[in-house]
Amino acid sequence: MQIYLPIAEVSVNFFTLLGIGGIVGILSGMFGVGGGFLITPLLFFAGIPPAVAVATSANQIVASSFSGLLAHLRRKTVDIRMGVILLVGGLIGSGLGVLVFNWLRALGQVDLLVRLCYVIFLGIVGALMLAESLRAIRRARGGRVPSKPRRQRNWVHTWPLKMRFRTSQLYISAIPPLLVGLAVGVLAAIMGVGGGFIMVPAMIYLLGMPTKVVVGTSLFQIMFVTAFTTLLHATTNHTVDLMLALVLIIGGVIGAQFGTQIGLRMKAEQLRVLLASLVLLVCGKLAFDLLLRPAELFVIGGVGG
Amino acid sequence: MSRTLPIWAVCLGLGLGLGALIGTASAREDVVLGLSQNRVQINANFDGSEILIFGAVKREAQIPATPLEAVITVAGPSAPVVVHRKARRVGIWVNAETVQIDSAPSFYAVATTGAMHSVLSYTEDLRHAITVPRAVRSVGAEAEDPASYTEALIRIREADGLYATLENAVVMEQQTLFRTRIALPSNLTEGGYQVRVFLTRDRQVVSQLDTIIDVRKVGLERWLFALAQDQSLIYGLLSLVLAVLAGWGASAGFRLLRG
Repeated sequence: MQIYLPIAEVSVNFFTLLGIGGIVGILSGMFGVGGGFLITPLLFFAGIPPAVAVATSANQIVASSFSGLLAHLRRKTVDIRMGVILLVGGLIGSGLGVLVFNWLRALGQVDLLVRLCYVIFLGIVGALMLAESLRAIRRARGGRVPSKPRRQRNWVHTWPLKMRFRTSQLYISAIPPLLVGLAVGVLAAIMGVGGGFIMVPAMIYLLGMPTKVVVGTSLFQIMFVTAFTTLLHATTNHTVDLMLALVLIIGGVIGAQFGTQIGLRMKAEQLRVLLASLVLLVCGKLAFDLLLRPAELFVIGGVGG
Repeated sequence: MSRTLPIWAVCLGLGLGLGALIGTASAREDVVLGLSQNRVQINANFDGSEILIFGAVKREAQIPATPLEAVITVAGPSAPVVVHRKARRVGIWVNAETVQIDSAPSFYAVATTGAMHSVLSYTEDLRHAITVPRAVRSVGAEAEDPASYTEALIRIREADGLYATLENAVVMEQQTLFRTRIALPSNLTEGGYQVRVFLTRDRQVVSQLDTIIDVRKVGLERWLFALAQDQSLIYGLLSLVLAVLAGWGASAGFRLLRG
């Protein structure tokens, strides 16, 4: 069954789009990542123009993260206070990111920068997570299960402006979460994603938040940042395709519910190994594209003016 | 087909009647054209379309000895296009060079009664911009090899089904009736699609006729497109509201399912 998309101006198979939405929804519910780093390349493969794919996936992430967020809110696994602070940083960061993005576009080569950003960040984050979670699994297999979760204490715990985050069982300065949100916002604007794949590890390893609240809190922040991005794209570039978004959302919201259930039944370490492998897989694919000689040396850019 | 035949008959009849009325310029041959549809409506189910282009040749004099050939082109709206060429820099493939092609149609198909070189001379092709490379205009590109960019654009768009050269696709009967079918792909842009019919004899154009097929979105597609362009803030907010509603709906629905 074909469906014609009014903004993308292409006709695509309805079930292909539904499937893409579903896969990304499952990931979103399981890991608390928006899935932007996956949905955008998948939409390219389906034949959607890049500008429309980026803008519309932001809109779809709003829906899937909201659906996932509701499930987490009921289980009280969202640290709203932490989420708000991350969000304030995120909105400032994405504003800055858009400025940086436009400045780089004026210089040319913004495509390359985006790809390099993907390869570098996905590579670092994926490798660190994989190594850490494999260590954790080996520790658990060794039978030496710690009676109390180890409270990470590192340099960020010595900063001023301390706040109590009851849901996260943390008493730390507000500055590190603000900076994490800010950095993620900048990267999100440049890379056109929600930024969950960077924020989730940052919350676990930098802020020392418990894994079970990380996912819900991340979804909280992602929802608002992507809503902001959607509005920016809709008003400046007119590239949000509502029809495409709706099909992706239908697949996505259903997927997110399944994903949340799967996520709650799995061990945190296993979840992290899976996410790390996925991140590394996407990173490898993008790195290969940059390193291998392409079959077609020419590419058609956007319509010039 | 059954629906289009009467129109065809009317066109032919009208053409012959007009010819009889004028009845002067004896050597002239004129095209009388019919289209299976003069507008293409893009709705939510749109999955490409096929137009039947047919017609007749109206003439006073005897049919000359040299055979009559027909060349039919369909061209979508033209726009400038940017083409990048990749090159290896410090081990990675980057867009090294960029050329702007002045004007390229979003869709272009040319159908003929025979091999291109046997029905059309080079000068006539230049004059009327008939073949695909002629339809893409590129002037004053500052790259090393500007022609390779135009070739690449044509190669990529041919692979996407947007550009096509259909030799032997026009059927010509008794040097008087001709017809062809042109497939319009699903990734069509809006606008006026120009249809041109050339009659050639001895590789020279002896007659030409132009008409326009109107391609536009209708219904929901039209409404969404207009809203996104004219009321972008409302459109953006609407997409957010729908996203949140869908998210909430799915969450509530699944809770109901589990009791």
